[in-house]
Amino acid sequence: MHASHRLDLTFAALADPTRRAILARLARGEASVAELAAPFKMSQPAISKHLKVLETAGLISAGHEANRRPRKIEGRPMKEAVAWLEEYRMFWERRYQALDELLVQMQATPPKSKRKRR
Amino acid sequence: MPTKEQFTAQVTLPSDTEVRVTRSFHAPRALVWQAHTVPELMKQWLGYPGWSMPVCIMDVRLGGKYRWRWHSDEDGQEFGFFGTFSEVSEPATLSYDQYYDAGNFESAMPAETPTIIRSTYTERDGITTLVTLMDFGSKEARDAAISTGMTDGMEVSYQRLDALVEGEEGK
Repeated sequence: MHASHRLDLTFAALADPTRRAILARLARGEASVAELAAPFKMSQPAISKHLKVLETAGLISAGHEANRRPRKIEGRPMKEAVAWLEEYRMFWERRYQALDELLVQMQATPPKSKRKRR
Repeated sequence: MPTKEQFTAQVTLPSDTEVRVTRSFHAPRALVWQAHTVPELMKQWLGYPGWSMPVCIMDVRLGGKYRWRWHSDEDGQEFGFFGTFSEVSEPATLSYDQYYDAGNFESAMPAETPTIIRSTYTERDGITTLVTLMDFGSKEARDAAISTGMTDGMEVSYQRLDALVEGEEGK
């Protein structure tokens, strides 16, 4: 899959609060569909739909254990998505650090006062 | 005296076409505003490593125009941005559109669609928070802009962007 398409899938998957809550749960350890559905006022099929979106984005995977098929979190797509924005953030951060320095200089040399120094 | 809190930039994606950059500064907003609107001050920080800013024209008023141009110290290539101010409320809000000026610099950035930029400056207890909302008009343009900001070397990033565009077309 192309990198930018994968990023689209990742961000789309992360755009939903239920799916983010599922990821937060899976970050603590793998869980079955029933276990994932428990904290939500949702049917298992509704949860399964969300899991499918997360799975397609590669954010989670399903285990091979018969019946239970525990879901677990996959870190790579999330890391890629974070890295993509982080590089852009750093681009601004470097500029703004230069601006920090300029603002310090501007405040160290206020406009000349007409009042005579005593 | 306690050390001042070190602020860092935050980037969010409020919609498919937008980017929001938020950063606070230890300075009154009148000064942060000046640093964004007075050419002599802008040239000192609004740059790219290895590039100087020979052109920075600012006519900061409703309907006034601006033009920025950077020059590569290494190979003389140039590029810039230009546009028109649509909202000027000193020192609180500055809105403008922004067109890419390719100069003699090969790039994949489209010049036709402007980015709409709105910066708001709020001050509290001597700390100014600057929020810059950029609407690139399309998801493709937004993502390309984020990707070009990914490296210090603009040329490298544009080559990457070209490869990305080719990759998309080849699908």
